[in-house]
Formats: sequence, C-alpha cells, structure tokens
Amino acid sequence: MLRIDNLHATVGGKEILKGLSLNLNAGEVHAIMGPNGAGKSTLGYVLGGRPGYEVTGGTVTFRGQDLLALDPHERAATGLFLGFQYPVEIPGVSFVQFLREALNAQRNTRGEEPLSGGEFLKLARAKAGLLKLDMEMLKRPVNVGFSGGEKKRAEMVQMGILDPALAILDETDSGLDIDALRVVGEGINAIMRQQDGGPDKAVLLITHYQRLLDYVKPDFVHVLAGGRIVKSGGPELALQLEAEGYEAVAA
Amino acid sequence: MNQVLALPTTHDEAWRYADPAALAALDPGELDQWCDITLSPGEAACRVLVLDDASPGVQRLRLTLAQGARGAIFAIASASAYTRLEVEVRLARGAHFEFGGVTVGSGDATREFVTRVIHAEPEATSNQVVRSVHWGRATGNFLGAVHVARDAQQTDAAQNFRAILLEKGASANAKPELEIFADDVKCAHGAAIGALDDTAGFYMAARGIPPEVARRLLVRAFIADAFVALEDEAQRDDLLEQAVARLEGSRL
Repeated sequence: MLRIDNLHATVGGKEILKGLSLNLNAGEVHAIMGPNGAGKSTLGYVLGGRPGYEVTGGTVTFRGQDLLALDPHERAATGLFLGFQYPVEIPGVSFVQFLREALNAQRNTRGEEPLSGGEFLKLARAKAGLLKLDMEMLKRPVNVGFSGGEKKRAEMVQMGILDPALAILDETDSGLDIDALRVVGEGINAIMRQQDGGPDKAVLLITHYQRLLDYVKPDFVHVLAGGRIVKSGGPELALQLEAEGYEAVAA
Repeated sequence: MNQVLALPTTHDEAWRYADPAALAALDPGELDQWCDITLSPGEAACRVLVLDDASPGVQRLRLTLAQGARGAIFAIASASAYTRLEVEVRLARGAHFEFGGVTVGSGDATREFVTRVIHAEPEATSNQVVRSVHWGRATGNFLGAVHVARDAQQTDAAQNFRAILLEKGASANAKPELEIFADDVKCAHGAAIGALDDTAGFYMAARGIPPEVARRLLVRAFIADAFVALEDEAQRDDLLEQAVARLEGSRL
C-alpha cells in the first residue's frame, strides 16, 4: 500500500530524513518508535506534504501513485490520513462544517456524490459515539477550548468520518489518560483494522511508548534514529525498547 | 476660493493614512455633508451600509443617542476607489453604540473607517469590531477615537481591529485614540495585523480541503467577527456573503 524508498528530506535546510525506507502492506499495523529528534514527526509531515518539508531524494508510492507529486489535499483524497500530534485550533469554523467540507471535497476529488447534511450528521454522530465524544462538541469551533485528550479523540472521530486507507498517527497517545487511551486504541482498531473482504487498510503509529501498542497490536515495529530505520522486528521489539531503551537496542 | 472648504491632506491626523492622490481629487463641497441620525430615549436602530463601487468616496454619519438608546452600524468598505466612512457618535446616559466594519479588497485603493465615539454622560457603552482583508497593493485602516467626558463614570468602551494581508504589498493601519477625563471607566482596545494562518491551512489540506476552499473558510470566519452583534440573522448572512464575495478574483 505504501512504499517509501530511500527518502531524504530537509526542514529549513537541515537534513532530517537520511535515506528512510519502509514498506506497508494492506492489513498491517506498523509502529515507528525512536528518540526525540530522530525524524518521526518529520516523516509524518513529509508524507502529508506540509509546506517547508522538502524532499531532496527518494520515492514514495501510495496505492500505486507517486505520493510526492500530489498536493496535500489530494493525498488526503487518495486515502491518506495524518493524525496530528498537536491538532490545530480554528476559531470561527465549526467541526461539523469543517468535516463536511473535508469529506465532500474528498468525495468530489474521487468523483463521488456529496453527502447531504442529514447523511453527514448521522455519520458524524456514529463516529463521535464510537470515541465517546459528545456530539455537541462537534458543533463548536475546531479544537477550540478542547483539552489535550479531547483533541486526540476528535482526531480519531475525524478519521472515522473520513475513512482513510492509511492512517499515519503522530503521537496520538500523548496527552491521554488511561481511560482515554483505551477508548482511542479501541477506536483505531474499529476504524482501521482490515475486515475480511473489506477495503484495504493499514496504520502507521508514530509513538514514544509501548502503552498504545497494548491496545493497537502492531505487526511490525521499527526503530527510527538519525533519519533512517535502524532496526525492524515484531511486537517484541517494542517491549525490548521499553525495557532496555533506544540506545541499547539501536546501537 | 473658499478656504473653509480646503481639502484635507495626510498631514491632518484624522487623514494620515488616507490616499493623498484620492484626497486631492475630492469635491470640497461634498466633504461637509453629514447624515444626521437622532435616536430618542430608549429607541433602537440599526443601519447597514455597503460602500461598494456604487458609493465610493467619503461618507459621514453623525449619531446622537439619547438616554438608553441603542444605535448600531454595520458596514463593508469594498469599493475599488478610495472609500472612507466617518462616524461620530454622542452617547447620553446608558446609551449603547455598536459598530461592526469590514474593509476588503485589492487594487491600490485605501478603504478606511474613522470613528469618534463621545461618551458624554455616565453608564454608556460602546463596542467596535473592525476586520480588514486585503491583497494586491490595497490598504485598510481603522482610526478609532473614544472620548470620555469628565462626568461619564462607568463608561465601558471597547474597540478591536484585526487585519489579514493575503499578499505582500497590501497594508493595514490602526490608530486607536483614547481621551479619558473620568476616572471610573473601562476602555479596551486591541489591534493585530498578520497573514493567514498557514498551520490551519495545512491542517485543513490534510483533511482533504483544497487550499482555495480552506482560505475562504478561514477568511469568512475572520470577517464574521465584525457582524456577530448584528441581530437580524438574514441581514448578517447577507452582509457576510457580500464581504466574502469580494474575495472572488483574489488569488485565493
């Protein structure tokens, strides 16, 4: 589904990604772990197409397309969802309006009919319920006045509504208490786990800690250090990292 | 030549951000025209002005609000030539004045609101919100003077100006001016000038919203602040639509 080959990227003229390669197939959950400054968030932003994150080498193919040739909103319409570590507040624009615009813009790009107001609200209510977020909160301006945990749950509600093929979740577990962590973990499984005969889905979790991986069990774990993947393994690698630390494992 | 009707220049404080060439072309006779509105005690009135290409130039409104009266003005300045709305308000005891203004547009025109709010008696309140959105080489200004008379205790006056410049070359100026002669008053003013929020733009794009739609949503939300206090919902939506419609043809 996603093939990253020898990716190099700079931010403000400084090289952050230095030859990163990664391959995700449909049905797989991958976790990327690594110390601060390793390039984890940069990877998410580069794949999302954030301005200022410049690709200087390598290729990224997503669902058979050259991802890097697409504008950020086109990447989303192609089925890429980027969960933000720090979701952005947008005063004056309600979540309902924001998400309806987003979903219908994606549907339009894919040549699908827009959802009516009623259809959209029904969908939004169902996904908010899944993440135990009060529907009333979606009538408020995007993320304004939300606690850290509410913002992260709202990110997952957005993911549920937009129903992407690939979710890249950047530290979605940060700012969550134990109960919210479980709700969010179960939400990710409900929305993004591949169903038999269902559409192709995959998840890339970017995280510091093992704790989210207790709920969203990864098939593969990678260690990102110094701008490239230095070690890959199964779920046991995350446990080893937690026990021994990055330096010992990645050395 | 009648010297009394001499044209203003940018050396005059109240005209300092105006367009000098446009001032020189003004008709001195028209400059002395005031539209007077007087509200009787307890009366409420709201006026909506759209200063587009049908009515550029200088317009002057003088409001006299008797005790407990409520006067509101909501305006868009969007003409493609120099446009200036001056409002002078005198508030008696317990009166309220509300002003919501939007300057929007491109080209090289200056569009400005100049208000002078006189709290002449105690317990009067005023609130002014101005939003400017410009691109090209256009300029948006808000010159807001608040005068609180010696006996006008418990005055509560607020003014807020924010501008978004969509392109390099556009500009905005704020000139708050407070003259306070009473001691038990609240006068708040704030001003901010900046570019559109890139972070919000990328967040919206990451959800699939194309840049032009994202910018329109952001600008609409920004402008809407100026019309929040307009109670008639249909009028409010109509004004907002008219202001946002000016964005078509921008490089948004």
